[in-house]
Formats: sequence, structure tokens, C-alpha cells
Amino acid sequence: MDNEKLLDTFVELIRKTSCNLPVDVVSSIEGGLLNEKRGSIAYDTLQIILKNIEIAREKSLPMCQDTGTPVFYINLPCGISQGDICNKIKKAIKISVRKLYLRPNVVDTLTGKNLGGGTGAGYPVIHFEEWKKDYIRTILMLKGGGCENVGAQYSLPSPIKALEDRDSRLNAGRDLEGVRRCILDAVHKAQGRGCAPGVIGVCIGGDRVSSYEESKRQLIKSLDDKNENPVLYKLEREIARDANKLGIGPMGFGGRTTLLGVKIGSICRIPASYFVSITYMCWAYRRRGFEYKGGKVKKWLY
Amino acid sequence: MILNSPINKKDIDSLKAGDTAYLNGIIVTARDAAHKYLIEKKPRKYKKLLKNGIIYHCGPVVDRVGKKWIVAAAGPTTSMREEPYTAEIIREYEISGIIGKGGMGDKTLNALRKYKAVYFHAIGGLAQVLAECVVDVKDVFMLKEFGSPEAMWILDVRDFPVTVTMDSHGNSLHKIMYEKSEAVLDKLIKDGTRE
Repeated sequence: MDNEKLLDTFVELIRKTSCNLPVDVVSSIEGGLLNEKRGSIAYDTLQIILKNIEIAREKSLPMCQDTGTPVFYINLPCGISQGDICNKIKKAIKISVRKLYLRPNVVDTLTGKNLGGGTGAGYPVIHFEEWKKDYIRTILMLKGGGCENVGAQYSLPSPIKALEDRDSRLNAGRDLEGVRRCILDAVHKAQGRGCAPGVIGVCIGGDRVSSYEESKRQLIKSLDDKNENPVLYKLEREIARDANKLGIGPMGFGGRTTLLGVKIGSICRIPASYFVSITYMCWAYRRRGFEYKGGKVKKWLY
Repeated sequence: MILNSPINKKDIDSLKAGDTAYLNGIIVTARDAAHKYLIEKKPRKYKKLLKNGIIYHCGPVVDRVGKKWIVAAAGPTTSMREEPYTAEIIREYEISGIIGKGGMGDKTLNALRKYKAVYFHAIGGLAQVLAECVVDVKDVFMLKEFGSPEAMWILDVRDFPVTVTMDSHGNSLHKIMYEKSEAVLDKLIKDGTRE
């Protein structure tokens, strides 16, 4: 494998992800602008967000100062060393901090000390998977902290906290209506803190860990992708429609654009458990990827 | 409306939730570590700097070019994390304004009323637009101790765009929005799914 070239490609991936929002996300924010009344606070907010995206791209600087947790999803052909890739990514992150594509964002949890270089125990997050294809595919998400903090997990049947005092019939049961209630509850609670308009990734099923993991993985789908499962596709559309009726709007100032998209997946569960996990992604939905073969980039994704 | 920091209490009194404003002058970044430090250690040396001043919930990306610091990205961080400290900070350091995102709770809202201060909301993630408003980095405190994102950066800003979302009269747009959307949520859940 051409070592220098792959390192450079990782640095370029980080630059693109932090500074240049993918076209499906930008189009979706532009679409939101058309839905808001000209001169309203929602309209002005989306307009200045679009300006911010533009400046970040022109200057190759982070669109958000919280450059987040780098989460890598890597598919490898058989025989390529994961350790080697891992080392390259860590090196690429250090270079990216120097080049200002990333903020030095890793803190020792116990001492509170900032480690400076952007890597440390558990950072970055890298998911490896072997596949049968003959090239490497890497997808990177930079997941901001404000929106990560408003993620939620429900173990069904679950009382919806905001409602439990008023009407016990409104609890979320183990069916799609229960799932819908959990998701709308999570969107409501995220307001103001999650930097709307956002996108939510949802997983139904799994155990606590695999469920959260899958909910985040849902966000590697492009907003243009159509869910192949017709039941989930319908649920996604219903939730997007209803969430936008909540009136929360961009940054929670009020408006019609609360969610840009909903992505739902399902994995199996054991009879005793029924989890609904929700990962919230802010408007700065930083996701990029590449395919790499024979010492060079085959294709940039998104 | 243009406001110059430090802001006198008369100007604070005239601000109402929903007003948009542009800020000029000195703002001081402080987030989790700085808030804890300001309350637990009560360092006196910041009293003059912060009197009638503005605290900005922000952990910027900063570059060193020669002897100058350059702010490369500087949007607001979530304010709610500072809720346990803010009422006391407003009282102790006689703050006039806080810039952040997402709004704050009742304890802060009461302190804003009691000590005459306001909460300015900046748009989350607006790191580039807001970095362009920073004309100078005057100084930095606690850089070595807290690291760059948590340090207290003394920024000189021009035309820094904000919206007053919590005023000194007990009004909070965040509270109003939360209640309004909660009523809609109630209805959506009661109605179930209808095409």
C-alpha cells in the first residue's frame, strides 16, 4: 500500500469533512429556507447558516468550532492491516489539528487536561469491517458535542416523561406507534440544545450498545437515499412531517424547519428487550468519504 | 440595534426578549472549566474586566501567527451546562450579558432579573461568521491550565449578531417555545398517525 498517499488522503478527508458540508445537506437547508417566511427569524437564521457554510468552504476552516468526535466507518478487503490504518488516522488527526481543520478536542476525563493532539484513549472512534470488494471505503463523520448530548434511548414499554403525569395511556408500547412517540419526545426535548434543523438517526432493536451504535450508523446514509423497507420509509416520512409541526424551527427560535431528515433502521432483539435509540445530528452534518484502490482515490463520496 | 460592551444597566433594562442586536467591544470566553474556577477560587483579578461585561460560552479554534493570536472559528457552545454556576457569576462579577446557545434555566432567569442582565443567543455552529466579527484577541487567561478550548479568551468584536432571548424582566423565549411545542406534541400523540 502506498503509505504517504493514504495518509494525505485521510488529511484531505478530514479537511473536507470539517470545512465543506456535503451537497445533500446544503440542498436540504436551502429547501428549508424556501419553506420559511421571508424576514422571519427562522428565515434569517437559515440564511446566515448558509453564509457560514460558504465561508468555511472558501477559507478551508471548520464550519463549527466544535469539530466533534471523529467517527470512522471503514470497509477493508481481506489482508489489509487495521493497525496500520489506525496509525495513519491518528497521524492524520494530529496534522489536521496543526492545520486548524480540527480543534484540539480530546480531554482526559479524570484530570480535565486537554491532551492537545486530538487523539487519546477511545479517540478517535473507528469501526472496521472486512468486505469482499477489492478497495477500501472510508466514511468519516465529525459528531458535535451539543447534539451528541441530546441523543436518547428508550426501553419499551416506556413512559414518556413529559406526558406521564397527565395521561397514562400515552405511554410508548412495543409497536411502531410507541416508536413514533419516543422519537417525537426526543425531538421535543432536544430543542435549543441540538442546533436545529437537525437529522435524526434511529435504531429499533438491538441491545443498549448495538442499538445506539446502529442509530449513529444510520447517519452515513445520504439524505437523498430512500429507505428500502416500506414500513420504515413510511414511519420516517410521518415523523419528519409531525416533527416539523412542533414549531421549534432553526435553533429553537420558532419556524417550520425543525428536522431535515429522519433515517430509521432496525436490528434484531431478544424477546425481553425492545430499545429505541436516537442519535441527533445538528445542521453541521459533517460527513464525507472516499474509496481507495491501488494507491489512489477511486472516488470521493457524497 | 448596536450595543457597546461594557453595557450599562440602563441599556440592559431597555432590552426585551426578541430584540436583535449587534455587539461591539470586549467579550470574554468562559465555559465549563472557567465557570468552576470563577466560582470556586473567586479570583479577584477578573472583577474589573468582567464588570458590566459579557461572558461568551465558546471554545474557539485559535492560531498563533508570530506574536498574535488569530481566532479561526468561534461559535457558541450549549449554555445549559453553566446553569449551576451562572446566577452566582452574575452576582459576584456584576456581569451585564451572557452569549450562548440554547438558553438557560429558571435560576439564571431569576438572576437576570435581580441583577439586571440579559442572555444573548448566538446561532449554534456559526463559527465562521462569528470568527469574522473578532477584530482582535486582547489577551488570554488560564491557557496552560485549561487548554485552548476552555481558556478565557479576551476578544474584541464588531457587529457580533445576537438575539436577546432572556431579558431582565423575567421573559424567556426558550420557555415560551418549549411550552408551545409541548402542547403540539401532546396533540400529535393523542391524535396518533394520520395521513
